[in-house]
Amino acid sequence: MANAVNRPKDTFRLGMLLYDTRYRSLTIQIVVFALVVAGAAWLIDNTVQNLAALGKDFDFGFLSMRAGYDIAQRLIPYSQNDTHLRALLVGLMNTLLIAVMGCILATVVGVIVGILRLSSNWLVARLMTIYVEMFRNVPILLWILLFFTAFTEASPAPAVFRGDEGQGLLLGLVAITNRYTAIPDIGVTRGLGSVDLGLFSLNLTFAAIVGVIVISLWLRGRMIRHAAAVQEATGRRPTTWWKSLLIVILPVTLLGWWMGVHLLVPTISGFNFTGGVNVPNAFMALWLALSFYTGAFIAEIVRAGILAVSRGQTEAAFALGLRPRRTMSLVVLPQALRVIVPPLISQFLNLTKNSSLAIAVGYLDLRGTLGGITLNQTGRELECVLLMMLIYLMVSLVISGAMNVYNSRVKLKER
Amino acid sequence: MSDTHAQTVRFVRDSMLPQAAPPAGQAGAVRWLRENLFSGWLNTILTVLGLIAVFFLLRGLVPWFAHSVWNANTLTECREIIAQIWGPDARGACFAVVRDRWQQWLFGFYPAHLYWRPVLALVLLFVALAPVLVPGMSRRLMAVSAIYPFLGFWLLWGGSMWLPVVALLGFVIGWVVWRALRGVSPLLAIIAAVIVPVLWWLLAAAPVDRALSSAIPLGIDAVRSDRFGGFVLSLTIGVAAISLSLPLGIALALGRRSDMFLIKTMSVCFIEFIRGVPLITLLFTASLLLNYFLPPGTSFDIILRVIIMVTLFAAAYIAEVIRGGLAALPRGQYEAADALGLNYFQAQRLIVLPQALKISIPGIVSTFIGLFKDTTLVIFVGLLDPLKGITDAVRASMEWKGIYWEPYIFVGTIFFIFCFGMSRYSMYLERRLKRDNR
Repeated sequence: MANAVNRPKDTFRLGMLLYDTRYRSLTIQIVVFALVVAGAAWLIDNTVQNLAALGKDFDFGFLSMRAGYDIAQRLIPYSQNDTHLRALLVGLMNTLLIAVMGCILATVVGVIVGILRLSSNWLVARLMTIYVEMFRNVPILLWILLFFTAFTEASPAPAVFRGDEGQGLLLGLVAITNRYTAIPDIGVTRGLGSVDLGLFSLNLTFAAIVGVIVISLWLRGRMIRHAAAVQEATGRRPTTWWKSLLIVILPVTLLGWWMGVHLLVPTISGFNFTGGVNVPNAFMALWLALSFYTGAFIAEIVRAGILAVSRGQTEAAFALGLRPRRTMSLVVLPQALRVIVPPLISQFLNLTKNSSLAIAVGYLDLRGTLGGITLNQTGRELECVLLMMLIYLMVSLVISGAMNVYNSRVKLKER
Repeated sequence: MSDTHAQTVRFVRDSMLPQAAPPAGQAGAVRWLRENLFSGWLNTILTVLGLIAVFFLLRGLVPWFAHSVWNANTLTECREIIAQIWGPDARGACFAVVRDRWQQWLFGFYPAHLYWRPVLALVLLFVALAPVLVPGMSRRLMAVSAIYPFLGFWLLWGGSMWLPVVALLGFVIGWVVWRALRGVSPLLAIIAAVIVPVLWWLLAAAPVDRALSSAIPLGIDAVRSDRFGGFVLSLTIGVAAISLSLPLGIALALGRRSDMFLIKTMSVCFIEFIRGVPLITLLFTASLLLNYFLPPGTSFDIILRVIIMVTLFAAAYIAEVIRGGLAALPRGQYEAADALGLNYFQAQRLIVLPQALKISIPGIVSTFIGLFKDTTLVIFVGLLDPLKGITDAVRASMEWKGIYWEPYIFVGTIFFIFCFGMSRYSMYLERRLKRDNR
């Protein structure tokens, strides 16, 4: 009892900062924080001194100066008289384009391969294993270079296609040449024109089609919900398949027919293809290499996800009388997705970051414009690299944020 | 008994029939084919498609490999040989380029008479790794592991022997100080063991190095960093970054799971920043920006700068993998460690980390594989990686202008062997460390 009374409750000694667990964590945090702040201050001080010694300043004003270089592939209008900021945006759009298209193709490839690798078919399972191991164990840079070489070295010049009309084109629509891949374009005879919105111009034809599709999908959702409600109330599910087909397909078809949508098949004129879209080989090689490389990783993720759902789940669903399709959609997939989605997110992020390897084939993405030509022309390494990192960071955070929202929706709600 | 049956029930057989062979469709190769290749219409279609794909692949590749030429001095000569033997239309591989230039892919522009040094460094690397990789190895080899970083550095870059020795002495001094002061106060011992070596490296190391070098000039030919290239460069960067990123990654993972707010925040910021940007931007930082961040006038080796950046990059990924392992560990393990009265570091070292690291082995190894593959990106800061740097250099020569596939196949095969080997080793490690009571 004497001890309890004499407990040195109110006295605070310096040693307690280290030996008393109540204060020790605070001490450690303050010391580490002070060290980090001191380190950062040291770096910033060095930077200021170095910049002063070189007679440079830290200024993003160069972004509003004339860029003066051309970008072959662009999603928004751009000419060499535009600013560096505009060039940056073109580059960013190119990065996002390759990232989005890569993610889509990689997911398709990954899901198919992942399922086929589990197939009971001996030959197909082996082939898929070979594909996965080959792509996973070799640097992505090698695949990009290989695809690029395959396009540039193993395919003919555009002029070779001259002479016989439409001959030699795959399906009569696509021509792979040593400079670009000519694919058909979609043309309209009665377009709606476009509106200039300052930063970019909005193509009203495209917007109308997207709008109609969105509205159709929304209507279909309402119809399905209504069907579910009827089923809840009466126990009978109204037939929905032809209705949903009608709601989704008909309006868009009518709109397309009214606007006169047609395919513009590439035709050779002179030494080049015109009429369609000429996709540069740099883009094709980068896109295919990124997709197949990431697809191999996604295949492994899908395979692991499916294997993670125990067989008893399927059997239990069958015992309840669910059909195979509903078993898949209601029982297996929700559980597999819980395992699949988080690593899938990080694969999408990897693909987006790996798209910066566009440097190897000369595709002008964000790194090629801001971190390449702009950097070399203006000599502002510090600003360019920091800005580039910041933009990539934002893109990554947005992707992972969006995918995390999706993940929290597919996640099994426990308890 | 058989008698009774024979009399009461006529049709009961009282002797066994000899075993009959299964029907033709249910045995041997036919059965295997039916079960594995043609078990349904979908499988049949898949098999046929697979066979068609294999056929076209082989039709393209087999002649190309079969016509390969290993003895030639130029690409034109190679093509002539193929045309001579197999006819003017034949296409064949020209692996003579590998035979002619393999040294460059392996060693870059390292001086030819010094090739033994990287080779010895690689052999010693395996000796140094043996206690870690192979179970039941003598613990004495750990001494080699401890001095290997300095020995490897000296073998690769050469120069005066005293520089690595003096650097190593810093660690020895730290250890001696710690042993001496441990009895007095453990905390003081740790602080002193950090500060004294740092002071040694900053203040005493350079003069001691100079004095020793002038007194006893012992050294081997120095090799400048720009002579490095090929797989020597890839392995140097890869091995250094792998061994440095693991401890850093563990520290970051523990920091991210720590209760201390500031430590946790800083770890999260660091990890998320590094994981959010491409490695290539970090390499640009190493080549372009480090000059700004360091005191005016300092310039240090580009390979070292790249190693630092790759290490930071890999550490963030490893931290996330290990965090997964830490999270997968049942809470009871942490509580049991607390109940035993272990303090934080004891609990982590004896209870938590051994189990968490075991769980994260596959992830750690795949991060290492990714890191090793990513060493090819150093081409973009001007270092000669085997894949693009050396290949472009070879292709730039008159003899091998216009050769594309063979170099990629050669380099790709070596990368495949390394990476596939690592992933198989991790599977073996997983099996060996598997306990039922996880």
